[in-house]
Order: sequence, then C-alpha cells, then structure tokens
Amino acid sequence: MAILVYAEHDNQHLKSETSKLITAAQKMGGDIHLLVAGENVGDIAQDAAKISGVAKVIVADNNAYAHQLAENIADLVLELGKAYSHILAAATTTGKNFMPRVAALLDVAQISDIIDVESDDTFVRPIYAGNAIATVKTSDAIKVVTVRAAAFDAASAEGSAPIENVETVKLAEKSAFVSESLTESERPELTAADVIISGGRGMQNGENFKLLEGIADKLGAAIGASRAAVDAGFVPNDMQVGQTGKIVAPQLYIAVGISGAIQHLAGMKDSKIIVAINKDEEAPIFQVADYGLVGDLFEVLPELESSL
Amino acid sequence: MKILVPVKRAIDYNVKVRVKPDNSAVDLTNTKMSINPFCEIAVEEAVRLKEKGVATEIVVVSIGDKACQEQIRTALALGADRGIQIDTDAQLDSLQIAKLLQKVVEEESPELVILGKQSIDSDNNQTGQMLAALTGMPQGTFASEVNVDDGKVNVTREIDGGLQTVQLTLPAVVTTDLRLNEPRYASLPNIMKAKRKPLDVKSAADFGVDLTSHVSVIKVTPPPQREGGIKVADVAELVEKLKNEAKVI
Repeated sequence: MAILVYAEHDNQHLKSETSKLITAAQKMGGDIHLLVAGENVGDIAQDAAKISGVAKVIVADNNAYAHQLAENIADLVLELGKAYSHILAAATTTGKNFMPRVAALLDVAQISDIIDVESDDTFVRPIYAGNAIATVKTSDAIKVVTVRAAAFDAASAEGSAPIENVETVKLAEKSAFVSESLTESERPELTAADVIISGGRGMQNGENFKLLEGIADKLGAAIGASRAAVDAGFVPNDMQVGQTGKIVAPQLYIAVGISGAIQHLAGMKDSKIIVAINKDEEAPIFQVADYGLVGDLFEVLPELESSL
Repeated sequence: MKILVPVKRAIDYNVKVRVKPDNSAVDLTNTKMSINPFCEIAVEEAVRLKEKGVATEIVVVSIGDKACQEQIRTALALGADRGIQIDTDAQLDSLQIAKLLQKVVEEESPELVILGKQSIDSDNNQTGQMLAALTGMPQGTFASEVNVDDGKVNVTREIDGGLQTVQLTLPAVVTTDLRLNEPRYASLPNIMKAKRKPLDVKSAADFGVDLTSHVSVIKVTPPPQREGGIKVADVAELVEKLKNEAKVI
C-alpha cells in the first residue's frame, strides 16, 4: 500500500499545503510518494525531498505541466496513480480542478476537502457550508481524496527522500493556456498566514482597505475579504474567505465590518481566536467571535494600529 | 449551438441546516428548497449566450425525484428552451451523476455544457470535472468570464493566486463561479410561459448506468460549537486580551 501525494506549488516555491498533505497521508498509513509536476521544478523537488515522512519524490518536469492544466495533470496522475491505494491533493483550485478527472477516469468516487482521517478508508468532511460534518467510508480500491490543508499541521522538514524523474509527457490538444494575472503581495499567503485581518462591506470602498494594511504589517498578517467586499469591487476575488473562496484557520482572525453570513463563516470559523469589529451589535459574527468590539471601524482601526 | 445546463435542487442558501437527532443526515423535511445558486448562474450564462446569438437552444437537465421539476421550471422561466428530468429516488454520488449526464450528452450532443462549480449542500465540486473526463471534453472550471468564438471558448478562471485564462476546443465543459454573472429574476409572464415548455421525464434506470454509490455515510454530526465570547469595551481592552489572555499577538 502506498500513497501518491500531489505537491502544491506555483512553479517558484513549494507551498505550505504540501507538508500538511503529508500529515494527512501519514494518518492513512503507507509509503508516501510525492509528485512534483511543473516546469523547471528542480528546486521545488529539492524542498519536497526534505519533508519528513516522504519516501520518494517523483518529478515530472515538462512544459506540458507548467500551468497545471487539468487535462494534462489528470492524465499524468492517472497513469502514475494506478499503482497506489490513495491519491491525495490539496483542496486548492489546482487540486479541485484535476482530481475529479482522475477519479472519474479511474471509475472511483472522490472524497472532497477532508478535515480528518479516521482510517485508511474513512474520512471526515464538512457539508452544507460547514454546518454539518459527515463521516464517510469509501469502498473503492483506489481512494481519491482532496484535503483541506488548514485542518492539518505541517510535517517537519528533516527528511531526505530520493528524487526520481519520470519522462511521461501528457499533452491534451483540446485545451491551451492563454494568460494569467496574479495578484502581487508582499504579505503572507492567506491560506498559510498565522494572523488574518479581513474587511467586509463595512469598509465602504477599496481605498479604506489601506486602514487594514498598517495593522497587517504590524501583526505580520495577511489581508482577506468577505464576498460582499469582493463583489463590490473593493478588492480582488483571490482575497475572498468563505465557502466559495478560501478556507482559512489562522491563530487569529480579525473580521472588520463583516456581518458573518453562513458562507463567510464556512471559511474562517475554525480559526483559533476570532475578533469581530462591527458597529452593529446584532451582527451574527459576534456569535462566533471570542472578542467582539462594537464600534465604528473608522475610529477603531487607527486606534488599533497605533496601540500595536 | 446547443447548450446543456445541468441544475440541482438544493437547500435554499439562507436556511440554517439542522442535523437529524439520529445523526444519519441533515433534516430536509419542510425545508425551503431552491435551484443551487451556482446552477442559477449557469442558466443565466446560457441565456446570455443565446441573447448574444451564440446559442440557439438551451436544454436543462436535473436528476432526482419529481420535486426537481420545480427547479427545471425555474430554469425554463429564466429562458431555457426545454427540460429533461432523470427520475430517481437514489442518493447518487457525483460519479453516478456524471455518468448519467454523459448519456444525456451522447443523446443531445451539446457543444457546451455549463454547470455550477459546486452544490451548496454536498460541497463536492466534482461533477463538471468528472463529466468532462468521461466525455473526453476539455474543462474550464470556476469561470468568471466565458467567450465563445469560432469553435473555441476562452474561459477566465478564478484560481488561488488570481485569474487564469484557458482556451478550449468545443465541445467543452464550463463550471461557473459566483462572479460570472448576476442571475435575473423570472417575470410572472415568463413563469406562466415556462409551464408550457416541454419537459421530458426519463427513468434513470433506463440509462444502463450502475447507480450504486461507492461512498457510505457513517454519520452526520453538528460541527463543534464555538463558545460564546465576550464583548470588550475599547481597543485598549481588546489589545490587552489578545496579548495576555489569548496570547495571539
């Protein structure tokens, strides 16, 4: 029994999700092989080899995998994956994109976004925007699973796994990469940050998100947003926290001007400490907040920044 | 061109769900049901493509018991041309749904299939990708922009770091993200007209697809409740609590 884990990276760096996937894989039991697919991923493979618990790193380095197109990645993982008992990927936009293709082509079910492992065939996952937790058992010989990285601790980086190259090139002709526009940020990544400060509709406009920046800099925090703030055009969509955005579980989550709709709570209610700053004391966010401050964010935020 | 839009009957997004006392499932009795919000966006996109003259016919399909005809009628009222209900009482996984849809694709030969990226009940985010795999079509998931041009479709996708645009050769599968469009409301005359639009009912058993689920639900429980927190009086108290009590800054 062996587990194939798909490494999450952006062609520059190995992402922190990967070492959390290894922790999830260890709970299932078996040799763990980590697949690094991309273009010019030599350095990433070196970093991947250092993750404790990884028995082998498999590298597929080819232009066909540069943009993680689902068609190409799925065919690669399908070919390699047939020899494994489990195939794991992070429940990121990359994993969510190609893994169901792999499952369908293997004729097996996929278990999405697990938050715990009960045994090698039984997993725990949230449903209904996190308002219910389902424990499910799969009868398939190969378990195709995506993992909510925020629910697992990172494995340490003390390993030294051998690296093996595969020459397999899968290039679907029906899809092609056209362009990419990535949001540039000096701050930590939302899904990996220890502290997150998020703004909602109450921020009123994009300019006011600057009020969060000083605080974020002092706390080393990432900046997030509710869907209302994204839809209103205040900030780009990749900052969205929620059922339809990113799922985060930082040590500290500060929600500013966010009412706390079900869909937003789905993305952040596993944070260790939640702080809510809102002028509406009836806002549902206060029901999950460890510390609530009723007040006008335009007064509170500058004061908070200067007191840190 | 013909567009196929699969839609799902799901719990209304505003409803706070209750888990059954025996922990077997979520209690859906007397619960308000609606068309899954992502499916609604898929219907809207198809209707817009028809209004632009790109699409000629929109077929909606839903898999479930008779009640899901209500959601098909909603889609017809929004501008779809005809509906197909694939009748079954079985609890199906995404894989069986995708296999049934594959048969519908074979019968209907649409050039574009537009689905929601996930249903807000099971939160799986699988069906569109599985359908694409089974039919050999390319996929454009989490779409926030769709442009059809000369046998190709350009799809701008919402990815973790920002946006990515891919070009797919038709026929293709697209799944919708929330930002793709703002669905319209059905007008009363259109709701009345929708009652006369064709709706075929087919039995899932007739499709020759093995409908046995590969996944069994062992239990469904409510999520751990967070303990009610406290209100602080001012910023100074907040900072003091975060430093000394919670020790997170």
